[in-house]
Amino acid sequence: MAEYIIKNGFVFDPVQGIKGEKSDVAIKDGKIVKDVSKSAKVIDAAGKTVMAGAVEIHAHIAGPKVNLGRIYRPEDKLFTCTPTKGIERTGSGNSIPSTFKTGYEYAKMGYTTCMEAAMPPMFSRHVHEEIRDTPIIDEGAFPVFGNNWFVMEYLKNNEVENTAAYIAWLLRATKGYAVKVVNPGGTEAWGWGLNCLSINDPVPYFDITPAEIVKGLIEANEYLGLPHSMHIHPNNLGNPGCYQTTLDTLNLAEGYKAKNKFGREQVMHITHMQFHSYGGENWGNFESKATEIMNYVNSHKNLTMDTGNVTLDETTTMTADGPFEHHLTGLNHLKWANCDVELETAAGVVPYIYSPDIKVCAIQWSIGLELALLAKDPMRCFITTDHPNAGPFTRYPRVFKWLMSKKARDERLNTFKNADKVIAASTLGSIDREITLYELAQMTRAGPAKSLGLANICGGLKPGMDADVAVYDFNPDKPLADPEMIETAFSRAAYVFKSGVQVVTHGDIVSIGNKRTLWVDVKVNDNPQVMRDIKEKFLKYYSMTQANYESLGHHFVPNPFALEVDATQV
Amino acid sequence: MTKSVTDVVCPFCGTLCDDLEVTVTDDGKQILDVYNACAIGAEKFLHSQAKDRITRPRLQQPDGTWKEISYDEAADYTAKMLAGAKKPLMYGWSSVNCEAQSVGNEIAEMCRACVDNTAAVCHGTTLIAVQDIGLPTCTLGEVKNRADTIIFWGCNPCHAHPRHMSRYSIFPRGFFTGKGHKSRKLVVVDPRVTDTAKMADIHLQVTQGQDYELLNAFRVAIRGEWLPDVVAGIPKEKIIEATNVMKAGRFGIIFFGMGVTQSLGKNHNIDEAIAVTKDLNEYTKFSIMPMRGHYNVTGSGEVLAWQFGYPYSVDLTRGFPRYNPGDTSSIDLLNRGEIDAAFVIGSDPGAHFPISAVKKISQVNSVCVDPHITPTSGVSKLHVPVAFNGVETGGNAYRMDNVPIDCRKVVDAPEGMLTDEQFLVMVRDRVKKLKGVA
Amino acid sequence: MKNSPALYLETENICPDEFAGKTAAQIAELHVYEGNTKSTLGKYFEISGDAGATAGETKIVVKGDVTKVKYIGMKMSAGEIVIDGSTDLYAGAWMTGGKMTVRGNIQAFAATGMKGGELIIEGNAGNYLGAAYRGDWRGMSGGKILVKGNAGSDVGMYMAGGEMVINGDVDVHLMTHAEGGKIIVKGNAPSKVAGQMVEGEVIIFGTIDVMMPGFKYVDDVDLEIEGVTAKFAHYIGDTGERHKKRKGQMVYGNLYQKI
Repeated sequence: MAEYIIKNGFVFDPVQGIKGEKSDVAIKDGKIVKDVSKSAKVIDAAGKTVMAGAVEIHAHIAGPKVNLGRIYRPEDKLFTCTPTKGIERTGSGNSIPSTFKTGYEYAKMGYTTCMEAAMPPMFSRHVHEEIRDTPIIDEGAFPVFGNNWFVMEYLKNNEVENTAAYIAWLLRATKGYAVKVVNPGGTEAWGWGLNCLSINDPVPYFDITPAEIVKGLIEANEYLGLPHSMHIHPNNLGNPGCYQTTLDTLNLAEGYKAKNKFGREQVMHITHMQFHSYGGENWGNFESKATEIMNYVNSHKNLTMDTGNVTLDETTTMTADGPFEHHLTGLNHLKWANCDVELETAAGVVPYIYSPDIKVCAIQWSIGLELALLAKDPMRCFITTDHPNAGPFTRYPRVFKWLMSKKARDERLNTFKNADKVIAASTLGSIDREITLYELAQMTRAGPAKSLGLANICGGLKPGMDADVAVYDFNPDKPLADPEMIETAFSRAAYVFKSGVQVVTHGDIVSIGNKRTLWVDVKVNDNPQVMRDIKEKFLKYYSMTQANYESLGHHFVPNPFALEVDATQV
Repeated sequence: MTKSVTDVVCPFCGTLCDDLEVTVTDDGKQILDVYNACAIGAEKFLHSQAKDRITRPRLQQPDGTWKEISYDEAADYTAKMLAGAKKPLMYGWSSVNCEAQSVGNEIAEMCRACVDNTAAVCHGTTLIAVQDIGLPTCTLGEVKNRADTIIFWGCNPCHAHPRHMSRYSIFPRGFFTGKGHKSRKLVVVDPRVTDTAKMADIHLQVTQGQDYELLNAFRVAIRGEWLPDVVAGIPKEKIIEATNVMKAGRFGIIFFGMGVTQSLGKNHNIDEAIAVTKDLNEYTKFSIMPMRGHYNVTGSGEVLAWQFGYPYSVDLTRGFPRYNPGDTSSIDLLNRGEIDAAFVIGSDPGAHFPISAVKKISQVNSVCVDPHITPTSGVSKLHVPVAFNGVETGGNAYRMDNVPIDCRKVVDAPEGMLTDEQFLVMVRDRVKKLKGVA
Repeated sequence: MKNSPALYLETENICPDEFAGKTAAQIAELHVYEGNTKSTLGKYFEISGDAGATAGETKIVVKGDVTKVKYIGMKMSAGEIVIDGSTDLYAGAWMTGGKMTVRGNIQAFAATGMKGGELIIEGNAGNYLGAAYRGDWRGMSGGKILVKGNAGSDVGMYMAGGEMVINGDVDVHLMTHAEGGKIIVKGNAPSKVAGQMVEGEVIIFGTIDVMMPGFKYVDDVDLEIEGVTAKFAHYIGDTGERHKKRKGQMVYGNLYQKI
C-alpha cells in the first residue's frame, strides 16, 4: 500500500512524549512506521502542526434520535446545504448534519475515530446503517444499559456475573462498543412519566437505586475487562444545584480499580460534565461549581471526563435522558420529540438556543471552559460539546481557541449582555491558563484513545499504530498574531490521513477511505440462566423476536473491527 | 419434503409482524403455506407464487402493445431517461428495502431529481405536524407492556392493520398489563361505526372534517376551561368524560390514520393531536403514534433523512436538498406540470393519486418498477418487474414505530428475475457513465 | 418574459438586491434554473434599463406571462418590484424590506418568513401566505401584506408580528399557532380560525362557519378599522393553548368578529 513521509512538521504526540519537536512521520500499509523507502510521497509539513487524528469520545451522530432530530427540523437545513462536489455527496444540517456531512466535517477537522454516544439496543440496525453511511471516520456505538430491565433485575440481586454475561451478549447482538449509562433508573421511571433525581431514588417497580445500578455496572465492566470503562451521564442533569448529585455519582467509583488488557486506567468516564456542574437553587442564583467538581476529578485518578462545552449557537438537544427533555420543553416551549424504548431506554429531542444575551447560557459557556482549564491531568479531561446538545461538533476549533487564548475568551466573556453577573458566577475570568498544543493533543487524541482502550491503535504517532494523522496550517514557532488563526487552522486541516489513506488535502475531501465499525467481542463462560432469561423476555415482553433482534448481517456492518476480550478465566 | 422458515417478517404493512412461519419446498423455490400472518400478509406471500407473473421488463410500443426487453435494455432506457431529464421525479420506495432505497438516492442525487415516497399521500401530513410541534412517542412493546388507555383516532386497525391489536395494542398480556384487554380502556374516534369502533368503550362519532375542533375541545377540557355544549357533533359531557378517561390512565396512547391525516385540516389535525398528547403528560404518561401504511414507507423516510435531511418530498434539482410539500411534493409536481420524467417503484400512484396527476405520468416518459401489472405500470412507457421484497429477497425495513427489522428471503424469485437493488445498481452505473462520474 | 419555459423557472435573482449596481447586460447574465438546468435571465427575459446603485434605488417591472416563474423578489431588502400580471410560488419570500406589487394572482408560500417591507397583491393569494417555513416556530415578524382578492389556507401560520389585510375571503387555518401579529379579513373565514393561538389579533368582518371551541366570547367592542368604526364580538383564546402572563394577567389572543 501507499507510503508517505510527512516531513518537517512540529509534532505533538503525548504517546511518545514529543512536544513540538520538528520530526518526520512515516506511513506505510496503513500504519505509522519508523522509515519508508525513497519512493514515498512527500507531504511538506514545514511550519505546520502535526498530530494524530483526533478521537471523538462522545457525540450523537448516528441513530434513531439523531434522525428524529433531522426529520423534525427542516429549518436546521434551510439555505445552508452544500451541493454535490466531486466525490463529496450533498451535505445538509447545521446542528444535526446528514451522515455524509458528518463524516466530511469531522475528517476536515482532522478527526478520524468517533463514538456514537448512545445506541438503544433494539435500534442497533438503524445505528449501524447510519454509521455505514458516514464516510471516512471509524466509528463505534455505545449501547445503553442503565435502564435496562435485565440489568436492573440482576443487580437488584447483586448478580454481577449474570449482568456481565448479559452485557457480553448484548455487545455482540448490537455490535456495540461499551457500557453506556444515561440517567440510571430515571429513564425507566420516565416510562411512567417519573424520574430519579438523586442516586438514591428507587426506580418504580424495579426497586433498585441509581447508585446500585452504577456500582453494579462498574463491577460488571471490570469483571469483563472491557476496553472502555462504564461511561455515565449522571442523574439530575441540567438542574441548578445538580453538582451535588454529580459528586455523589463520582463517589460511587471510590475504591474500584480498572482491570483490563487495553491500558485503560479509569473505572468511570463522566460525560458532558458541564451540564452536571451547576450550583445555585434556581435560574436566578445559578452559578458554576466547576471548582468543586474539578477538585474531585483531579484527586481521583480512576476517573476520566469530557467537558460538553457550550458554543453559544442555536442547536438541538437530544439525549436518552427522556425526562430531562420533557422538563426542557416546559422551560422553552419548543417542539418536543420523545421515544420510549421497551425494556431498554428512552430518548428526547428539543431545540435550544444558547443566546449570549441570556445570563444562564453565558454561565454555562463559562463552566465548560472552566472545567477544562482547571483540569490537572489533560490525559483525563477531554474536549467535547456533547454534539449537538451544547453545540455542533463543527465548533470544536472555536472551543480550542477559547481554551488556548485567554484574550479570545476574555473578549467573549466581557462582552456578554450581563457580563458582571456572568463573571461573578464562575472563576473563568480569573483563570490565566492557556491550553498548549501538547495539552490539546492529550485532550483530543491520546487521552480519549486511552480512555476508550484504543491506546495501541490510535490517538498517537508511535510506529505500529494506525496511520491516522492530521496536519494543520498552524505554526507553533511563530507568536500568535490573532487567536482567530487557531479556529481557522483547526477548522480545515491541510492534510488528513485515515488508516494510511490520504483523505483530506487543503480542507477538501480527496478520498472516502474504508471506514471501520469498531465493536467489542467478549467471550464469557456459558450462562444458561441468562440465556433462558433472554429467551423468556423475548417471548413475553419484547415486540420483536429474539432471532430478528440478534440479526445484524454483513450489509449493516460491512467493515467490522472487533476488539477481542476473553473473560472466561475470571 | 418441506422446510420451515421462522421469524419471517411480513412485508405488507407498517405493523411489520416478524413472527411469521413460512413452509417452503426443499429446493427453496416454492411457498407452500404461511402461518401467523393476517389474511393480507398471507396473501402477500402466497400470491407471489402465481404462475402468470411477468418476469421480464416490457416496453410499451406505439400501437399500445408491450414488447419484452432485457434488464440491460431496461436499465439503459431508465438511465437515459433520468440522466437526460430536467426535473425527473423518482417516486414510491415504500415497498422497497432500505438498501435499494439508498441506491435510488444515489441516482436521484446524480440526476438532480425529485425523490418522494408514499408519505406524500399518507402520513406526510403527520411529518409536517411533527416538524411543527414534535412527537412524544414510544415503541410498540411499551404499549404492550404498559398501556392501559388506547385511543384509535381516524383509523380502523381491524381492517388496515389486522394484527396490531393482538400483537401490541389491545389483547397482549405484557409485563405490567397481565390482564390483557381487560386492563385496557379503548376510545375510538371515527364518524363511521367501524369494526374497530364496535370494540370501543367510548365511541365518539365526530362530525366529518371537524377533528381539529374536537381535539381543540379536548385541550380546553383538560385545562378546565369553558366549552360550548356541542363540538364536532359531540356533547361536551362526552368530551369531558373522554379526557377524564385519558387523564385517569397510567399510560395512554393515541394511534391515528388517514381519517385525520388526509381529511380537512390534515397536518393541523395531527398537530393538535400531538398537542393533546403533550398536555396530557402533565397528568400521566401519554404517547402518540401514526399507523404507517406500506411496510417500509417509514424506512424510506429514515434513509432520506439521514442522507439528505428530509423524510419525503426532497428536491435535489439544485444539487442540494430542498423540502417544502406543496412545492416539492409529487402530486403538486405532477399536477402543475413541473416534471418531465417519472420513475415509480414500490408503490402504485396510478391507483392512489388523483387522476389529474396520473394523466401527467402517462404524458411524460415513465418507468414503473413493480412485480405486478398495476394502474401505474399501465400508463408507464416501461414496466420492470422485480422480485418481491421480504419474500424473494431480504433487506432492512422500519416498522411504524421506527424499529428496524431485517426482512428475510423465503424463496427464490422466478428464474432470471432481478431484485430492485440489482436493477437500481445497473441503472446507477449507467447514469455514472452518462454523467461522466468516476 | 420572451421565452416561456417548458417546465418552471426559479428566478430568485429577480430581486433589487441582486440587480443593484448592474447594467441590463449584466442582469441578463444572472442565473435562472429550469429544473436542474442552469441558464440565464437573458434567455427567458428581454431586459431593458439599468439597476440603481443600491437595492433601495432599484425598481424592477416584470411583464409578460410569469405564471410559471417562482421566487420573484425572494429575500429582497429594499427597492421595488412590480409584476404586471400573475406569478407563481414564493413571491417575496423571506423579504426584509422594500415593496412588491403583483397586479394579478400569486400562488403558495408568498412572503414566507417575512421580516419587513410591503407586499400588495391585487388579485388572489394562494396558501401559506406570510407563513413560517416548515418546522420553524418563528414566522412572519414584520412588514405589511395587502391582498385585494381572496387568500388561501394556512395564512399567517406561526405569525409573530407584522400585519395583513385581506379584502376577500380566506380558507381554513388562518393564523394557526400565532404568537403575535394582526390579520384583518374583510370577507369570510370558514373554520379553524386562530387555532392554537398563543397571542395575536384577528379581525373577521364576514362569517365564520364553525368557531374554534378554544375561543370564548367576552364582550362586544367598537373597533375602528381603516377609518371605519363598527361593532365586533370579542373572543379570547385559544383557551386550549399555553399563554404568558404579563403583570399577573393571562395574555390571550384576540378574535373580533363583526356583528
